[in-house]
Amino acid sequence: MYLDHAATTPISAPALAALTSVISRSGNPSSLHGAGRRARATVEASRETIAAAAGAHPTEVIFTSGGTEADNLAVKGLFWSRRDAEPKRTRILVSSVEHAAVQDTVEWLEKHEGAQAVWLPVDANGTVSLTAFEKELADGGADSVALISCMWANNEVGTIEPIAEVVALAATYGIPVHSDAVQAFGSVPVNFKDSGLAAMSISAHKIGGPVGVGALLLGRAVTLMPVLHGGGQERTVRSGTLDTAGIAAFAAAAQDVTQNLAAESARIAGLRDAIIAAVRSAVPDAVLRGVDPAHQPEKRLPGNAHFTFPGCEGDSLLFLLDMAGVESSTGSACTAGVPRPSHVLLAMGLDEDTARGAQRFSLGHTSGPADVDAFVKALPQAHASAKKAGMAGHVSSIQTASTS
Amino acid sequence: MRVLAAMSGGVDSAVAAARAVEAGHDVVGVHLALSRMPGTLRTGSRGCCTVEDSNDAWRACDKLGIPYYVWDFSERFKEDVVQDFIDEYAAGRTPNPCMRCNERIKFAALLEKAIALGFDAVCTGHYAKVITDTDGNPELHRAADWAKDQSYVLGVLTHEQLKHSMFPLADTPSKAEVRAEAERRGLSVAKKPDSHDICFISDGDTAGWLAEKIEMTDGDIVDETGAKVGGHTGSNQFTVGQRRGLKLGTPAADGKPRFVLEIRPKENKVIVGPHALLAIDELKGIKVSWAGLPIAEVATGEEFDCYAQVRAHGDPVPARAFITETEDDGVTRQGLTVTLGEPLRGVAPGQTVVLYQGSRVLGQATIDSARSLARPELP
Repeated sequence: MYLDHAATTPISAPALAALTSVISRSGNPSSLHGAGRRARATVEASRETIAAAAGAHPTEVIFTSGGTEADNLAVKGLFWSRRDAEPKRTRILVSSVEHAAVQDTVEWLEKHEGAQAVWLPVDANGTVSLTAFEKELADGGADSVALISCMWANNEVGTIEPIAEVVALAATYGIPVHSDAVQAFGSVPVNFKDSGLAAMSISAHKIGGPVGVGALLLGRAVTLMPVLHGGGQERTVRSGTLDTAGIAAFAAAAQDVTQNLAAESARIAGLRDAIIAAVRSAVPDAVLRGVDPAHQPEKRLPGNAHFTFPGCEGDSLLFLLDMAGVESSTGSACTAGVPRPSHVLLAMGLDEDTARGAQRFSLGHTSGPADVDAFVKALPQAHASAKKAGMAGHVSSIQTASTS
Repeated sequence: MRVLAAMSGGVDSAVAAARAVEAGHDVVGVHLALSRMPGTLRTGSRGCCTVEDSNDAWRACDKLGIPYYVWDFSERFKEDVVQDFIDEYAAGRTPNPCMRCNERIKFAALLEKAIALGFDAVCTGHYAKVITDTDGNPELHRAADWAKDQSYVLGVLTHEQLKHSMFPLADTPSKAEVRAEAERRGLSVAKKPDSHDICFISDGDTAGWLAEKIEMTDGDIVDETGAKVGGHTGSNQFTVGQRRGLKLGTPAADGKPRFVLEIRPKENKVIVGPHALLAIDELKGIKVSWAGLPIAEVATGEEFDCYAQVRAHGDPVPARAFITETEDDGVTRQGLTVTLGEPLRGVAPGQTVVLYQGSRVLGQATIDSARSLARPELP
């Protein structure tokens, strides 16, 4: 039973059909002959479809290799072009719960490009502080800001950030805002034009498309320094031969997912609520992290349930659930597969031990009641064993020469 | 049995896991993350827990068709092994961190977690053998290949730990055989170099590493008569038996090389002398443990014949040993006195003495003091 759709979700039928039909056709969309024109036609039709699905104009769709590249391009590109226009713009205002693709990019800019990151705090639910934004922008502070980056929805705890408010604040000072909408797009209504964002990252494989393709939606008036140099494709902002089949599949997935968005997100939210109820009844001391959908359903991704289990190591739970056939996630970034306490949970005010007990259950288009049932069946035993194993940091109770 | 195969990413643990799978056990591979800042690639035989090691372990598990996980024991490792290593050196002793890791990480922290998660045993690629008698009591024995035998570094395991330990490489005639078997099984680590040195000191410079962790102050190097023969930049960086790096200005009267005989951290003094004075024939040990059920003489306090080994790849020497018991705050502590039939050289407090009878490991103690019964106390 797959409860890790936030990591990647199975390819949807329309996307698979598009991928397999297009990938067998040759043609470089930049070529001028028939094969090239046919490939280009597919790319442009896909661009229009994705633009329509995301509330953007086709010229605002810059295809990339995925969400990470889109984030890198937006953050680095905006930083460089804004600083070039005005050297004192070296500050980046960024939420403290960003995905590593934004977080690490900002840290890289700090280290190598003289940027100063301002990590904006979040509340206990993971919602970024607008007061903090305001404070940083007030009293001339805005003059030194190169860009603002704030994710649309958090990948770990599913909190939907107040993007409209952030954009409104930034607009007063003419500061471009980038948003990583990889988790939000296809899951909740996302409209690039209405959002007022300068740039927005989306990814195909989170919505039923293939891995390896994504896009940066980039306002037509926004100038951006490229990261990848070469043949000048994609408004010269992103060079490289376009992945026609991947783009076609991305478009098919985007169309499929946005067409059925309201009904599908309600269905998935229902399953998610069943999981939340099951966890609470099986493990009364488990704590739901992020916004409680019983109170503010619109502020949490419909497919996300995230808990911390006191006294349990997240990787123990993951292992036991995996052995029982339930695939979940500790929700945090990994180095060499080593789970570290999540920076998101730490930013939300959790201590390291509590954060280590995290487990994310995420649902998607293939999820159904059978997944919830299997999970409900596996959880009590898995939790009991994980609790028995305790925290990895504790002193082993096995007595040996140096303990007695 | 449900078996947790501890996978370092090396060839031994990969073949051990393969054999456990072949024996019909339900095996899961686990790589221990022991460092919070893993390097990305290995350089030669140094380093450990790199991303490359983790990937190698992962690929081995793929090949064996078993699940693979990385478990984080970095915090425990830092406290129980790395900090202990620093503390021991700071106290003028010479610890064995690999032994400590077996004692407190692989067969304690990991084993305890494994048992809680439903496993029956932890399997490693150590060259040693567990023989279980009809009552289910385990005995630890040397591996078939004495040249590769690693029973010394496992000598610290207790009856309880051995009951849940599995060493499938026990009867392998040689390391070459293990590599050949890895090759046959299509394991990509077949030709991977062996690890040497201390895994958490990636450049192999133990003295330099310690100098950053322990406050070192300049002091004197004196000879066996008490005469000052040189200076040092911190007594904690030395090991008994060490010859290199002493930088003595005054040559010895006989012109022969001198060796570290003793370290006195409280006086910040290093005592050196000729090779002959390194020989010791009595050891006193503390922190005693028994690898399986203790032999009868442990309870009676009678002296018994055995062989004593003081380093991982050192020859055992015939010895006689007996157990003493002392009361300390209401806790009874065992002490071990070992009289050696042949003298040993370069024996430092902090090292472990492992006792054998034939191939069987009886148990071990941490050496608290070592002396020559003939040699007068050094000044």
